[in-house]
Amino acid sequence: MTASLDLDLRRFTRPLGGGTHLTVWVALLALIVLGGLRYDNFLSAYNISSFLGYNSMFLLISVGMCLVIMTGGIDLSVGAVAALASVVAALLSPDGLIVALPGGVATGLLVGAINAGLIVGLRLPPFMATLATMLAARGASLVVSDNRAVSVDWGSDFTTLGMNKIGPLVPWTIVIAALVVVVAWYVLERTSLGRTVLAVGGNAEAAHLMGLKTGRALVFVYLFSGACAGLAGVFLASGYGAGQPLEGQGWELAAIASVVVGGTLLTGGMGSIPATVAGALLFGLVFNLLNFENGLGVISLSAYWQSVIRGAFLLVVILLQVRLARPHPTKA
Amino acid sequence: MSAQNSLTGRGLGGVGEAPAPRRSRLNRRLLGLAAALLALVLLNVAMTPNFLQLQTLAVNVSQVAPVVIVALGMTLVIATGGVDLSVGAVMAVAGALAPLIFGSGWGVANPGLGLAAAFVGPLLVAAACGLFNGSLVSFLGVQPIIATLILFISGRGVALVLTNGNLQTFTNPSFTWLGTGRALGIPVMGWIALALALVVAVVVRKTIYGRYLLSVGGNERAASLAGTPVATVKIWTYLICSTLAGLAGLIVVAQNSASDAARIGNLMELDAIAAAVVGGAALSGGRAPILGTLLGALFIQLVGYTLVANGVPDEATFIVTAAIIVIAVWLQDSRRRT
Repeated sequence: MTASLDLDLRRFTRPLGGGTHLTVWVALLALIVLGGLRYDNFLSAYNISSFLGYNSMFLLISVGMCLVIMTGGIDLSVGAVAALASVVAALLSPDGLIVALPGGVATGLLVGAINAGLIVGLRLPPFMATLATMLAARGASLVVSDNRAVSVDWGSDFTTLGMNKIGPLVPWTIVIAALVVVVAWYVLERTSLGRTVLAVGGNAEAAHLMGLKTGRALVFVYLFSGACAGLAGVFLASGYGAGQPLEGQGWELAAIASVVVGGTLLTGGMGSIPATVAGALLFGLVFNLLNFENGLGVISLSAYWQSVIRGAFLLVVILLQVRLARPHPTKA
Repeated sequence: MSAQNSLTGRGLGGVGEAPAPRRSRLNRRLLGLAAALLALVLLNVAMTPNFLQLQTLAVNVSQVAPVVIVALGMTLVIATGGVDLSVGAVMAVAGALAPLIFGSGWGVANPGLGLAAAFVGPLLVAAACGLFNGSLVSFLGVQPIIATLILFISGRGVALVLTNGNLQTFTNPSFTWLGTGRALGIPVMGWIALALALVVAVVVRKTIYGRYLLSVGGNERAASLAGTPVATVKIWTYLICSTLAGLAGLIVVAQNSASDAARIGNLMELDAIAAAVVGGAALSGGRAPILGTLLGALFIQLVGYTLVANGVPDEATFIVTAAIIVIAVWLQDSRRRT
């Protein structure tokens, strides 16, 4: 019974599979056109720059998460790491951007290294290892910040990173995030390290037997994800003026959702950086459009509706991707 | 009944292959946990002022009981090889509904019926959430993390929409009894949690569903080929997990005499997963150590209490819990390999 249903579904959706990544971009474009036509200030400089600035953080952690998920792993610690890095960066901010930025990223790298050590060294399942570091990073951020938001030093140049823009439209944070995306894409598509990342996700055992350096690939993705989360934390502190130990709750799940919306399988072995970027922007855009729809006064949805609609949006995407989200049938 | 039992016993094949080592390994872990728990109690008797007071016991029981109730369901879900991230959100939905029902005009006019509906209604809604999760997982083959992520994101939003984001306070002694009442000096919810643990343990060990559950988690494909109704078993498991989470939500609301949709059950999924894993559950599935989950939840609770009672800041307990999880998973893994 289930077996026949299984076959039918797969035959039915196969032609859609190839175009999934394109679909995400088309959906993104359609929503932007819709927003531009429907709302007066949607394409205003203010909306575009604040949208890009805010979503640069989610873009970063989504791309880090995408690499981790490609290996068949998961990194639940990113939200807590961003919070910890924002606190560290805020504490270092009197010494200026030149110290606070590397300090925040190094914090992320440190937690990434711990994740890699637990997963590669002790062979813990990624879900449990990063669950533990998520708790530890959250605890550490509360201890370091003495349980309250840490104001940044407004006298130093630290806040220029998060608040300055190139022209009226482009915040520096999105430029840096875009650079990170390009680096991730280049590593994945053009280096043997990147190919190993995909091979590990496809079949770790086979990749290892082929002589690929699977351990190195795993260490790389967790370090990269940690660094991305650390950088997102620096953006948070720099753009919003405070290190926030309680921020970032649920960011890991938003990042996972973005990756899934981008069509990457949680089982690993495949996925696309550009589609993840589109997924993250699409996820953020849903919020932005709802704000404008509220502004029109036609509907009045409280902020609480937004998460309901986000969840419903995720459901729709998953239903469209049923074939993709199905675990590998060969996996026993 | 016995005929059915022997039938499933034959049908399971793979699971029945090596029952002895599995059991002894689990028993060793349970003994270790129990010993650690005992050592912790003794340490507290020596160190913590006023530890041997009924009040201390009551405080700990009322903190741990909701975690235990949710962790029981989580253990079952983990036994199928899945995970349920939505439990905290389901708690919030159930917790938001109950005061709305008994506080409504109808509920006030019919206090008895209103109270009954305030129990049954939220539990039915919670069960529906589980049905939703389970259907996504079994019929559409969506990975459990993703499937339950939907309600994790939306569920709390629904609870906030229902209550308009307001803190709902109420006075309803019959309802709050669930959270504040005591029997034999111990909070009623502690007895409820204990009773549920016993029931679930018996269900896992003695019923056909329990055998099916372990076989689905042990090797889903083999179980399916052996005729196990895999989809049905999974759906029931998610349904049970969500319903238990709903009950925990009711208890937390009753305890506070207030329902705050933004906070009920926040991070509960982590506490429940931690308790299950420390108790010996493996994320790969096939194991449902209910007694272990109970001990695991108690252990994490008591470690936290010990630290806080001895002046360690609350935040630092996160780090200690993280260390406990790492050690528990590492021990489990190294035993699996040997």
